[in-house]
Amino acid sequence: MKFSDQLEQRFSTMVTHYPTKRSVLVPMLLYIQDEVGALTDEAIHEIAQRTELSDLEVRNVISYYSMLRTRPVGKYNFQVCTNVSCLLRGADDIFEHCKKKLGIGNKESTPDGLFLLEEVECIGACSWAPALMMNYEFHENLTPAKIDELIDGLKKKEEQ
Amino acid sequence: MADVTITVDGKKLTVPAGTLLIEACKSTGIEVPSFCYYPGLSLQGACRMCLVEVEKMPKLQTACTTPVAEGMVVTTESEKIKQARKAMLELVLANHPLDCPVCDAGGECELQDMTFKYGAAESKFMDLKNHRDEQQWSPVVYFDRPRCILCYRCIRVCGEGMDVWALGVQNRGTSSIIAPNKEDHLECEECGMCIDICPVGALTSGAYRYKTRPWEMKHVGTVCTHCGDGCKTTLGVRRADTGMEIVRGDNRDKSGINGDFLCIKGRYAFDFAHSGDRIQQPLIKHEGKFVAATWEQALDRIASRFKQVLASDGPTAVGIIGSNRTSNEENYLLQKFARLVLSTNNIDHHRTADFPAFASALAGKADATASMRDVFDAPAILLIGNNPTDQHPLLAWQIRTNVRLHRAKLYVVNSYPIKLRRQAAAFAQIAPGSEGSLVQFLAGNDAAADAAVTPQLSREALSQLREALKNEKDLVVIFGSELRGNDVTALINFGLAQGAKFICLGDYANSRGAADMGLYPDMLPGYAPVTSATSFHEDWVDEIPTSPGLNLLQMMDAAKEGKLKALYVVGSNPIARYNVDPFALSKAFVVVQDMFLTETASIADVVLPIANAYEKGGTFTNTCGDVQMLKKAGEFAGVRNDFECIVRIADRMGYDVHKLVPFGGGGTRADMGQSRGAQSGEADRHAVWLAERNLEPKMSPYDPTAMLDEIQRLVPGYDISRLGLLSGHDEHTQLVQITRATGSGHPELVLPSNDTLFTSGTLGRYSPTLNSVMERYAAKPADKEIAAD
Ligand code: SF4
Ligand code: SF4
Ligand code: SF4
Ligand code: FES
Ligand code: FES
Repeated sequence: MKFSDQLEQRFSTMVTHYPTKRSVLVPMLLYIQDEVGALTDEAIHEIAQRTELSDLEVRNVISYYSMLRTRPVGKYNFQVCTNVSCLLRGADDIFEHCKKKLGIGNKESTPDGLFLLEEVECIGACSWAPALMMNYEFHENLTPAKIDELIDGLKKKEEQ
Repeated sequence: MADVTITVDGKKLTVPAGTLLIEACKSTGIEVPSFCYYPGLSLQGACRMCLVEVEKMPKLQTACTTPVAEGMVVTTESEKIKQARKAMLELVLANHPLDCPVCDAGGECELQDMTFKYGAAESKFMDLKNHRDEQQWSPVVYFDRPRCILCYRCIRVCGEGMDVWALGVQNRGTSSIIAPNKEDHLECEECGMCIDICPVGALTSGAYRYKTRPWEMKHVGTVCTHCGDGCKTTLGVRRADTGMEIVRGDNRDKSGINGDFLCIKGRYAFDFAHSGDRIQQPLIKHEGKFVAATWEQALDRIASRFKQVLASDGPTAVGIIGSNRTSNEENYLLQKFARLVLSTNNIDHHRTADFPAFASALAGKADATASMRDVFDAPAILLIGNNPTDQHPLLAWQIRTNVRLHRAKLYVVNSYPIKLRRQAAAFAQIAPGSEGSLVQFLAGNDAAADAAVTPQLSREALSQLREALKNEKDLVVIFGSELRGNDVTALINFGLAQGAKFICLGDYANSRGAADMGLYPDMLPGYAPVTSATSFHEDWVDEIPTSPGLNLLQMMDAAKEGKLKALYVVGSNPIARYNVDPFALSKAFVVVQDMFLTETASIADVVLPIANAYEKGGTFTNTCGDVQMLKKAGEFAGVRNDFECIVRIADRMGYDVHKLVPFGGGGTRADMGQSRGAQSGEADRHAVWLAERNLEPKMSPYDPTAMLDEIQRLVPGYDISRLGLLSGHDEHTQLVQITRATGSGHPELVLPSNDTLFTSGTLGRYSPTLNSVMERYAAKPADKEIAAD
């Protein structure tokens, strides 16, 4: 399997950064996921070959991290933190609100494939709790109104 | 390493620096509970059962990951520790199904034992348990996920120990699960190591699951009957209609040369013993069809026909083919029977290695053979030919473990990229069939390198290899049947110059024993030529025929030409193994002793149903020369062992069996009033030998230990510790006392079995487990089973 020139380029420089090949695995998985949309069987096999690991070992790593996934996700991936700090600041309500607004449950995507909703552990934004991560973007000090604004904005963008 | 002194529970003890606290405690008899810790595997620190208090350390420490330090003061039992362990157990039990009444591990489960000890049976969790049905991952391996306590032993033993890496862990934290390499099933070596190392009943075997309760079995430690490595295996047996049925094989007590290792054959391929194909009655061929007969009828027929042939055509018209899976006692008896009762040297067996060349090259050299134990701690190993991963699984395990734990240097020379190259410091892939040339090159013949080099393997690489090997002290040299005759001699001369020890690889459980016991037409036990004067000539009452007999292939030819009129085949299948035309034997009177109607048995005139090695006593010699005792575990109605049959046939032929088996009061000579030249009036040597060793004379001609007495007395190298043997230890024989070996091994007769991990000669074909595994791997891709997630 071939990746985009840019990613291939990245891979070849990154490999040289570490003492062992396997160390490049996690960052590569992230880049591949961004490029391919998910860590497909084919992608897993490819990266396993390149890092001299078994497919199983690559799967073990993928399943360890909640940000790595084997099935395609929504274009907008909502990861709502419900860990302690956020919880104390009303994360449960925020999560419930997201569910209602998007009409889907935890780890589900909207039929149009645009949104995916997921409850996650601490994302390191406790000081601005409650917080969520949309793809690589942080949204903090959330209120239901802020969420409506965010989602509506995205929907509108898509309609254009 | 320097020693350090620590105090454990008030006891002072001194252990080498670097020792893990858990091992230090064990050495003084204090057991620290553990789940994830397993000696010889990498540290995990996952289960927190081994928590102990160490003075000046703020929190409880895991004894399995803490190395001892000078002056450490440790407490292993206290109220605080007890509470901590109990709490850990409660967490482990939170999602445990507690289906102990039906669980395979019930009664021998580490979790049960701990729960019993710490009284953590009360559950504070009210949540529903997370259930998941049992999954079949392979013909051998089943997984019951809820029972898993996530100790990761299975993953480590499969990866680090077996170098298979077929198991992994997915997800994290409490939702972690053990997963097989092919998403919903396993593709692996099917060794069952993961199953037996599992402290609970999460991994279970197709062979044993739901069959019985551990306490309903009797456990017998004996020796595996498959390859030539000689693993100890503990067989669990249970009453069945046909006798005692073997229901389990393992080596959890870690006794023997193999520790807890067994391959699929030792662990599961005991099932041939209860195959429906077994013969249960003697069969006599009548008008082309087998008819069941009594033992009396069958033995009478055999004895009278043998006598007839001897009378009409003389001893050259009879021949014997022995076995690689019968005991030393049986092999020794069989060749003695050939030479004394039938007065013939027409005796041979399926040879899988050139042991005669090996013995003659080593003749008189002390301490030149390596034992299976040596492979585990030798600093350097040279492996030429063979593929131990398939053909000598224990040897491969010993090599891998040695490299992993002791950083041994492994040199592999092979014409294929065998799996052990992964552990090798240097791997030379030589041109196919050039093993001999390579050895000649090592021995100093530079020109011989031409044949071994390939475009990928340069002359320089070979020279470097030779130099590196010359600098290795205490090298163990292991070679396969690719090397024969002069090549063996050259290799041994090369190695001996630097004090190396050797292992010559033969294929079956007692291939080495068959060779050592003289199943050769031209050699007596101990590789002594039949033409020379030996202690056997002095000792045996009757004359040994002096001219060498026919070898296996010559016997087949002689039978075809009508010159060989009677053939006695004991536990061998020459028709299939040597691809002999069955019609070749149609004119001869053929007797076969076997468990099954093999290709050879089906053309026989008389077939005797025979016990296998799991159903009798005796000794086996593994390919390294380590001797071990067999113990009777299974039992199968209607069969007898080869030993008894041979003695009975001799008896019916009118031969005095005292001359064959030393039993009853004295030995073979004095009490029979024999007087013959130099030995007349001499004391009974056998009785003297027994008395010197505090051994009793045996009372029955059917007692194989009587034969063992004679073997130990007469066969060079076999005067090993009887006490050691009896206590289940392996005793290494030395070829040093052999001085007369001829070395005429007839390299062309060596026919490697080429068994894989899942085959075992003719025997393997009758094992349902091996068959199912082979079908599975032939029928790839496997059907979808229950998904792993
Ligand atoms: S049976 Fe052996 S090779 Fe297969 S998964 Fe278990 S340990 Fe690994
Ligand atoms: S399956 Fe058994 S050995 Fe493997 S992690 Fe679970 S409890 Fe441990
Ligand atoms: S390695 Fe050989 S002796 Fe050991 S269990 Fe396997 S077949 Fe039996
Ligand atoms: S708890 Fe939500 S970001 Fe840390
Ligand atoms: S045995 Fe020490 S943590 Fe498991």
